[in-house]
Amino acid sequence: MSCWQTITDYGLRSIGIGERLLPRDDFTICQQFTLIGSGMLWNVYFGVLALAAGFFLATALALGKASRNVVLRKISVWFIFIFRGSPLFIQFFFAYFLFLSLKPVSPIFDPFTSAWLGALVVLFFNTAAYSGEIFYGALMSVPRGDMEAADAYGMSGWPRFRRITWPTMLRLAWPAYTNEAIFLFHATTLVFFSGFPAWQQRGDALYYANYFADKTFNPFIPYPILALYFILLTLCIIAIFGAVNRRLNRHLPTGAVARLRVKLNLLR
Amino acid sequence: MKHIILGAAALAVCASFASAQDDSVVRLGTEGAYPPYNFINDAGEVDGFERALGDELCKRAELNCEWVTNDWDSIIPNLVSGNYDAIIAGMSITPEREEVVDFTQNYTPPSPSAFAAMGDVDLSGAVIAAQTGTIQAAHVTGMDGATLLEYPTPDETVAAMRAGEADAVLSDKDYLIPVVEGSDDIQFIGEDIPLGGGIGMAFRKSDPELRETFDAAIQSMKDDGTLNEMIIEHLGEDSPRF
Amino acid sequence: MTWLICYLTTGKHLAFYASFGTVLLLLAITAPAALAFGFAGASAARSRVAPLRWIGKTYIAIVRGVPDIAFFLFFVLALDIFFEWIRHEIKCPDWDQPIWQGNDFVVCAAAKLPLGNAPQWVHETYGFFLAVLTFAIVFGAFAANVLFGAMRAVPRAQLETAEAYGMSRRQVYWRILVPQMWIYALPGLSNLWMVLIKATPLLFLLGVEDIVYWARELGGAKTPRFTDYPHPDWRMWYFLFLLVFYLAFTRVSEIVLDRITTRLRHGQATIGGTAQRSAT
Repeated sequence: MSCWQTITDYGLRSIGIGERLLPRDDFTICQQFTLIGSGMLWNVYFGVLALAAGFFLATALALGKASRNVVLRKISVWFIFIFRGSPLFIQFFFAYFLFLSLKPVSPIFDPFTSAWLGALVVLFFNTAAYSGEIFYGALMSVPRGDMEAADAYGMSGWPRFRRITWPTMLRLAWPAYTNEAIFLFHATTLVFFSGFPAWQQRGDALYYANYFADKTFNPFIPYPILALYFILLTLCIIAIFGAVNRRLNRHLPTGAVARLRVKLNLLR
Repeated sequence: MKHIILGAAALAVCASFASAQDDSVVRLGTEGAYPPYNFINDAGEVDGFERALGDELCKRAELNCEWVTNDWDSIIPNLVSGNYDAIIAGMSITPEREEVVDFTQNYTPPSPSAFAAMGDVDLSGAVIAAQTGTIQAAHVTGMDGATLLEYPTPDETVAAMRAGEADAVLSDKDYLIPVVEGSDDIQFIGEDIPLGGGIGMAFRKSDPELRETFDAAIQSMKDDGTLNEMIIEHLGEDSPRF
Repeated sequence: MTWLICYLTTGKHLAFYASFGTVLLLLAITAPAALAFGFAGASAARSRVAPLRWIGKTYIAIVRGVPDIAFFLFFVLALDIFFEWIRHEIKCPDWDQPIWQGNDFVVCAAAKLPLGNAPQWVHETYGFFLAVLTFAIVFGAFAANVLFGAMRAVPRAQLETAEAYGMSRRQVYWRILVPQMWIYALPGLSNLWMVLIKATPLLFLLGVEDIVYWARELGGAKTPRFTDYPHPDWRMWYFLFLLVFYLAFTRVSEIVLDRITTRLRHGQATIGGTAQRSAT
C-alpha cells in the first residue's frame, strides 16, 4: 500500500472518515505519521475552541476578581483557585463522573459524557481560570499614568475600559497568554488519556501514538512523531500570537516592543 | 550534560555497593490490576493466581524471585530493555507479541473471553467497552456494527457499563466471573469467544535459558497436576484445566 | 467504625499515605534540580560561543514545544537505556555481541542499572531518580526560558555601570547579572512551581507508585473474593481527597509566594501598586 493510499484511508480517521479498521500489522512509518497527524485534528479542535471561548470568560473573571462587588469577587477568586489549584487530570476525572451522574437528570446532558463536548467544557473552564489570573495580573499592572490620561480626556466607565484599560491589559498579558495557549494545546493530550473514553477508536494524537506504541512495543517511534507534530503546532501558535502581539504594540517604537516582550514573558 | 554524567556516576557508586551480595535475582514483572490473575492485596503486596504460580515455579527452578509491578501499557518495552526478566501478567500468547518476546508454554488453557451486560443486549450494534490494547479491544473493532469504547483499566470498563455508557463489556471470562457473581444485575450474554492461545510467561528473545528453565518448571507442574489444583483454587471450578 | 479504622490502616493504605511523602520528596528534589538545568540552559542560550547558544536554544525550544506527557511516556526508558549503554561502553570494552538484538537491548551484566541482583529498594530508588531527572529536564526548559527572559530584563544601565568599574565579562555576569535577575524571574518561577505541582499526577507514567496510582487502586470497586474490605467504586472519594490535598498545597504555596511578590511590587506606579498604597 502506497503512502498516498494510507493518507487517503486514514487522514481523517480520527473524525470517523476513511477506513474503519486501524492497521493491525506491518506498521509503516507512513501509517504512524498519518494517523497521529489525523489525531492532531482533535488537539487543534479542543485547543482552538477552548481558547476562543476561554478568552471571554477570562476577561470577565479578571474583572470580577478586581471588582469591588464582594459576590462577584468571591465567585471569580474561587473559580480561579479551584481550576488553577488542582491538576487537570483530576478535573477530567471529576467532570466525567459529574456528567455521568447528570445524565439521568435530563437528556440535555447526554452529549457531555463524550469527549467532544465534555472535555471541551473542562478545558474551557481550565484555560479561562489560568488566563483570568494572567489578565488579572496584567490589569493590576496597567500603568497609573494611562488611567490618569484617560481621566484627563474625560473618559470613564465602558469607553475607558474598551479604549484604554482593556487594550493595555491585553498588551501586558500577551506574552504570558501565549505561554498559556501553548500549555493548553499540550493539555489537550490528556483528554483521551484520562477520563474520557475513545469512541470507535477516534482519538487524539496521543491516543494513536499510544496505539502504535502498544502494537509495535516500541515507544521510540510514535512518541517522537507526536513530539514533532507538537513542536510544529507550538511554532504556529508562537507565530500567530507573535503577529497579534505586534499588532497590539504597533504604536510603540520597535525597541520598546522588544523590551516589553522579554520582560513580561515571566508572568506564567 | 554534566549533570547527567554526574548523576550516572553517583548511581554507579550506589549500584556497586549493592552488588556486595551476589546471589542472582530473577525479577518478575506484573501489572497488579487484574484479579484473579494478579492484584494488590490489602497488605499492598502482589497476590493472586500468578503470585502463587510464580512463587511455586521459582521454588521448583531454585531461583530467587522478586515481584515488580509495571503499567500494562509499557510492560513489554520495559521487559525488552531489561528492567525485569519475565512478564507474568495474564498475558495471552498472540502472534504479534511473539514477534517481540518469547513465551513459555501456556500455563492456562486458551480461556474464553466473554461479554457481560446488565439485562439482555443485542450485541450487533451495541457499544462495547474493553481495555485499551487488549486482544478483546482488537476483537471488537472487527465486529460488524459494534462500537468500541476503550478504557485504560478493566475496572473502568465495568464501571462504564454500570453507568450505562457502554451496553456490554468484553473481557477475559476469568476476570468477569467474580464481577458477575458479586453483582445482582450483571450477567453473561452471548457466546464465549476463544481469543488468544492461553496465557504464558514472556521473556526476552535474547534470554532463552531463563525461558527454558521456567518452561520446564511449568511442564513439571502440569505433569504432577499441581497446576490444575492451582487453577481450581484461584480461577474457580468453571475455568478450563489441562 | 472499627471497620473503617481497620480499613484505613491496611498495608495498601499505608503505602498510599507514604506516596504523599514520595510526591513531596520528588518536588523538593526536582525544584532545585530543574532550576539548575534552567540556569545551565539559560546561560548556554545567551553564551557568546555559537554552538553552546544553539544547544541552549534548541533545548528550550524542543522541550517547551512538546507536551510533558509525551516525554514521560518514553523518556524514562530512553534515559535508562542511555545510562546502561554508557556503563556498558566503560565496563565491558571486550563485549563482542551487538547491543541491540532484534527488539532486545542487551548489555553485559556488570553494566545493568541497577545490577540484576540489587535489592528492591535500589530499583525503586533508581526509578525515583529517573523520574526526578525526567521532571528536571522537562521543567528545566521552562525555567531556562524564564531565567533567559529575566537575564535580559536586568536594566542595561546596571551592567554598563559594572563595566565602567572595570569588571570583566565574567565578573559582570556573576556579581551583577545573576544576583539581579532573581527579582525579575520570581513571578515566572513561582508560576512554574504551581505547574510543577500539578504535573505530579503524571508520575505514575514514570513508574513511580504515586498518590494517583494508589487512589485508583484503592478506589476501584472490590469484590469480596480478593479483599477483606469489599466496597463499590469509591474512586470519587479518593480523588476528592487528592483534590483537597492539591488545593491546600497550592494555597500554601500561593501564600508564601504572594508575600514575596507583594514586597517586590510595593511602591510601583501601577494599579496594583496604587491599591496597595491606598489600602495601607
